[in-house]
Amino acid sequence: MQTNTRPAPATATPTPAETPGGGATAATFPVDGRTAPELPPRDDWPSSGGSLKKAPKRGLFDPEIVRPALVDSLRKLDPRHLARNPVMLIVEIGAAITTVIFVRNLLGHGVDPTWFVGWIAAWLWFTVFFANFAEAMAEGRGKAQADTLRKMRSETMAKVMVGGDRSRIEQRASSALRPGDLVLVEAGDIIPSDGEVIDGVAYVSEAAITGESAPVLKEPGTDIASSVTGGTQIISDALVIRITAEPGKTFLDRMIALVEGAQRQKTPNEIALNILLAGLTIIFLIVVVTLRPISQYAGAIGSTTVLIALLVTLIPTTIGALLSAIGIAGMDRLVQRNVLAMSGRAVEAAGDVDVLLLDKTGTITFGARQAAEFIPVPGVTERELATAALRSSLADDTPEGKSIVALAESLGLATEPGALEGAELVPFTAETRMSGIRLDGHATMKGAVDAIERNATSPIPPALHESANRIGAEGGTPLAVIDDGRPLGVIYLKDTVKPGIRERFADLRAMGIRTIMITGDNPLTATTIAREAGVDDFVAQAKPEDKIRIIRDQQADGRLVAMTGDGTNDAPALAQADVGVAMNTGTAAAKEAGNMVDLDSDPTKLIEIVAIGKQLLMTRGALTTFSIANDVAKYFAILPAMFLTAYTAEGGAPGRLAALNVMRLTSPHSAILAAIIFNALIIIALIPLALRGVAYRPMSAASLLRRNLLIYGVGGLVAPFVGIKLIDLILTAVGLS
Amino acid sequence: MVLNIAMLVVFIALLVGLSWLLGTYMARLFSGERVFLSPLLQPVERGIYRLTGVNEAEEMRWTTYTIAMLLFNVGGLLLTYAILRLQQVLPFNPQHLGPVEPRLAFNTAVSFTTNTNWQAYYPETTMSYFSQMVGLAVHNFTSAATGIAIAIALVRGFARRTTREIGNFWVDLVRATLYVLLPICLVGTLVLVSRGVPQNLDAYVPTTTLAGATQWLPMGPMASQEIIKELGTNGGGFLNANSAHPFENPTPLTNLIEMLAILVIAGALAVTFGKMVGNIRQGWAIFAAMAILLVVGIAVTTIAEQSGNPLLSHAGASQATTVDGSPAPGGNMEGKETRFGIAASTLWAVITTATSCGAVNSMHDSYTPLGGLIPLANIGLGEVIFGGVGSGLYGILICAVIAIFIAGLMVGRTPEYLGKKIEQYDVKMAMLALLVIPLTILGFSGAAAVSGDALASRFNPAAHGLTEILYAFTSATGNNGSAFAGINANVPFYLIGQGFAMLIGRFLFIVPVLALAGNLAAKKRATETAGTFPTTGGLWVGLLIGVIVIVGALTYFPAYTLGPVIEQFQMHAGETFSLGG
Repeated sequence: MQTNTRPAPATATPTPAETPGGGATAATFPVDGRTAPELPPRDDWPSSGGSLKKAPKRGLFDPEIVRPALVDSLRKLDPRHLARNPVMLIVEIGAAITTVIFVRNLLGHGVDPTWFVGWIAAWLWFTVFFANFAEAMAEGRGKAQADTLRKMRSETMAKVMVGGDRSRIEQRASSALRPGDLVLVEAGDIIPSDGEVIDGVAYVSEAAITGESAPVLKEPGTDIASSVTGGTQIISDALVIRITAEPGKTFLDRMIALVEGAQRQKTPNEIALNILLAGLTIIFLIVVVTLRPISQYAGAIGSTTVLIALLVTLIPTTIGALLSAIGIAGMDRLVQRNVLAMSGRAVEAAGDVDVLLLDKTGTITFGARQAAEFIPVPGVTERELATAALRSSLADDTPEGKSIVALAESLGLATEPGALEGAELVPFTAETRMSGIRLDGHATMKGAVDAIERNATSPIPPALHESANRIGAEGGTPLAVIDDGRPLGVIYLKDTVKPGIRERFADLRAMGIRTIMITGDNPLTATTIAREAGVDDFVAQAKPEDKIRIIRDQQADGRLVAMTGDGTNDAPALAQADVGVAMNTGTAAAKEAGNMVDLDSDPTKLIEIVAIGKQLLMTRGALTTFSIANDVAKYFAILPAMFLTAYTAEGGAPGRLAALNVMRLTSPHSAILAAIIFNALIIIALIPLALRGVAYRPMSAASLLRRNLLIYGVGGLVAPFVGIKLIDLILTAVGLS
Repeated sequence: MVLNIAMLVVFIALLVGLSWLLGTYMARLFSGERVFLSPLLQPVERGIYRLTGVNEAEEMRWTTYTIAMLLFNVGGLLLTYAILRLQQVLPFNPQHLGPVEPRLAFNTAVSFTTNTNWQAYYPETTMSYFSQMVGLAVHNFTSAATGIAIAIALVRGFARRTTREIGNFWVDLVRATLYVLLPICLVGTLVLVSRGVPQNLDAYVPTTTLAGATQWLPMGPMASQEIIKELGTNGGGFLNANSAHPFENPTPLTNLIEMLAILVIAGALAVTFGKMVGNIRQGWAIFAAMAILLVVGIAVTTIAEQSGNPLLSHAGASQATTVDGSPAPGGNMEGKETRFGIAASTLWAVITTATSCGAVNSMHDSYTPLGGLIPLANIGLGEVIFGGVGSGLYGILICAVIAIFIAGLMVGRTPEYLGKKIEQYDVKMAMLALLVIPLTILGFSGAAAVSGDALASRFNPAAHGLTEILYAFTSATGNNGSAFAGINANVPFYLIGQGFAMLIGRFLFIVPVLALAGNLAAKKRATETAGTFPTTGGLWVGLLIGVIVIVGALTYFPAYTLGPVIEQFQMHAGETFSLGG
């Protein structure tokens, strides 16, 4: 390892011109460490070329995925690989046996026509190939994403501070970093591994991981803002980072493994479904094996080729072929929405969630109070009040101030350019509890009602008090406005519920999911927000430890709980919840405790996660139903063909079962071949559905089932009748009958 | 036709009422609550426990429960075998019948232990009264009680939460016998005796027929065995002609009582299930699925039989419903009793095969192919259409687990039934149980279809012969015991083959059921939400029926195609076959 001692960073680091106060101060480590650096201009933000979100959107059959998938499909013909999938293994064995029969036929020992056996063998191989192709396609999409991520992980050199001494810097490969190492990163560096900021304040671009281009401020000791992720880039100033991840176990490494499916294990529900499919396969194996002596009794003995064809059409090949693709694609859909699930089990659990535990602030409301209404005192018009409120807030950069300006502007008032010229700004202080503006000796102030009252020159009208009390009772905050000592009225500030959230909760209710809002607010405020947002229940004045208690209570009643969280004190609750979604901005502890990470750090994403979980299970159920329903038509195609000569030896006329040939298929051979071809082609036809998932709209379970039964059950019953008939017509047209 | 429908409506109404009464009673009984018979029977029950050393309060895990059940049944099997082999030295043998031949004794002992009551012998000339009463009739009680116990254990699996215990087999067995079977049989016997069914220990009575020949009229304790034969869905007749015989089933009233007795416990258990899981509508949903399948079966069979057989018309037999202005049964009366007519015969045929009873009042072999297909399919579906005492409920609940697994997925949740998540282990056990039936039926039938010995036993060739073979193994595996007839089952191939089919069909089915019960009991019970698929409405009933019918049809369609299906076409084409031709 190459070691060299570097001079102190203060002088060695070229300083970006944009940093406030110029070079020297910015690059030194501020003693208090709390002065925020200035955000570099947008042009200097690194592009998010590597992120998942910005990865090129790929069409379903993108040639870049299809080509390697085709090669993979051949590789997957290895029986050792297929052993994981009993249904397809049976098909492959059938394909191998018919191939042997075909060869024997070529040598002149055949029961069935050689062309017929050859075609059956070929289509059986196609069936296996198509199943492999579906899986390879799903895997390929994950691999493409993993490659994008891997580019970011490429080896960087880290500046390790030996013995924690800033002046003794040792260059070390990022892969050799151990937890506890102290690393120096400076503007422009890639952060070498996951860690915790222990000194410095700087902007970091997390675009590489989240796709979010706006840089994030990182500083020590703030729980959330102090954690940094390997692969992100520092774009201003410098930070000292204590490494927290073992080599090869960084967030990025885990992400790559996840999207690549390297750690993919079958999920519980997938295993259960596999057992069901294996059971059905065994039943059909029994049916077909015993049909040989039974058909021999009837003098209509089924040849091995025909029996294998019958078996393959009966066993649930459609779902068997697509099952693993469905699972991979489900994870992939989450990744596309920038959510990383640590296990497939978590995705399935998401579909089962009964209760969502949601923080009020940031999830249901914007968090900052927003101006909602101007309530003037008698004798003052709303416009007068709004004008004064606007003026008092012109220089107010707080979210509240901005919202007052926005509300006033929505009433048609405009800020004249240069309005602030010569104005004296009166900032908010804890003592005065009001802020405003003085212009030409003209003072327009807004603030807490009692503070305003002290500064009023004329008596406060009772109407103002009444309004203020009413606002307080509704859980809002009143801000009184005075213009030169004259009370004009109050501004109604309230915690605003995010638009559309009410509808989303209604959707959830239709899906049978209850929402519980958690807030530290007093019950009054909580009630107002709860009513506005339409949550089912809320817990007011909640302390962080209440979350875990609520989760346990719900679980004891047999409910599955999902929640989001970001702070270290959320970690126990995230771990206790059945689905715990950690925000990417959150602490390492939170990310460790949850079973999913949302890279966008959007708490409402939980709702989409639930939908994806449901969609995953629904796709499995729909294709299973479709697969089984298909069998009916296949019986009607194959059995009359197979039993053409039944009981003729005992004097019966041939073709007594012709009435069962409801599709009027041309010949026994074309009928059997058409069924096999349909069986193979339907796999290809359903790959897009398996990858995309069945359409999901929030509705009650009963309506959902009715709808899916109609589409996939009845559809599955009818589709093969049409499909087999069409294929038979084509076969007849080309002379294969 | 109107009369037929009216009869069916009255019948179903009676069944619903009786099921509700008995089901509520059993729910209390098996939950350990006091019932109206408790003051009378509790001292007896306590006495039995004291004598046998059973601790009433002790609960069992599924493994212990299974072992107890198997021990009890193996013991019963060996005892019956011994009685049959030694009947010549045992009392109550006025006809001085000799020992039962070993293979037949094995077959018969298995048959009665497994609640099948397949009879490969003529009872009148084979069984002493002692063998009938101690060797066979006792099993009519114990095999039925075993079935009830297992059904209750499975219901407890659904009803309980986070426990490993599913009840006490001995207590369930005693309660089912003492509080359910015995009281009903006591009343039922007296009613049957009042309608003329013999109940005595007399020797057979010789009479001279009109033609001047001497005929022996069989006697014996018939009424007591008749009622438990139906109530316990056993079906083993005291007489070879079974309930077609006027001594066993003399009048239309006894016919009605006996048919209700066949169905009532199975129907009631559905209600018990609903009560015990805390929502009686869950029970009625199961009941409805069963009832709909039953009614459809009755309709198809009755229409098929009433439409008659074109070959009979060719032979000059009238199948019209009026002859010279007076009403006639019409249709295919071959093999049916004139005192019952077609509707009461087909009703019985469908009921006896939908349940695992197997008593008959007409000869299924003489039905039209389509009419005979329904009884065959009823058993093949696993006797879940009310089904055997207990076995019907646990059979349909297994189907429900599979149905809910597929349905649950389609609503986007891990499937759950009655709040129990259906996971790997549950699916595995349900599939194991479901696999056993087709494996045994088709496996043995396939072997019989190409075995010279088995083929020589047929009385009919071609498609009808295949139906006879299929029916024999379907009836044995399904523990039904009804004979399609038309086959000589008293040959080594059938005695041994069917013996094993009965054992497999009974016990290899029960073990996974109990394993499932144990696993379900250990689970938490999830709360029902709007996102849970409701298992009480019409959609669920339809889905359950769909799964039962589709899985059953896919399993048996190829074999049935070469049996009853092709025979129906041949019949309409006027094609006949003869053995050796």
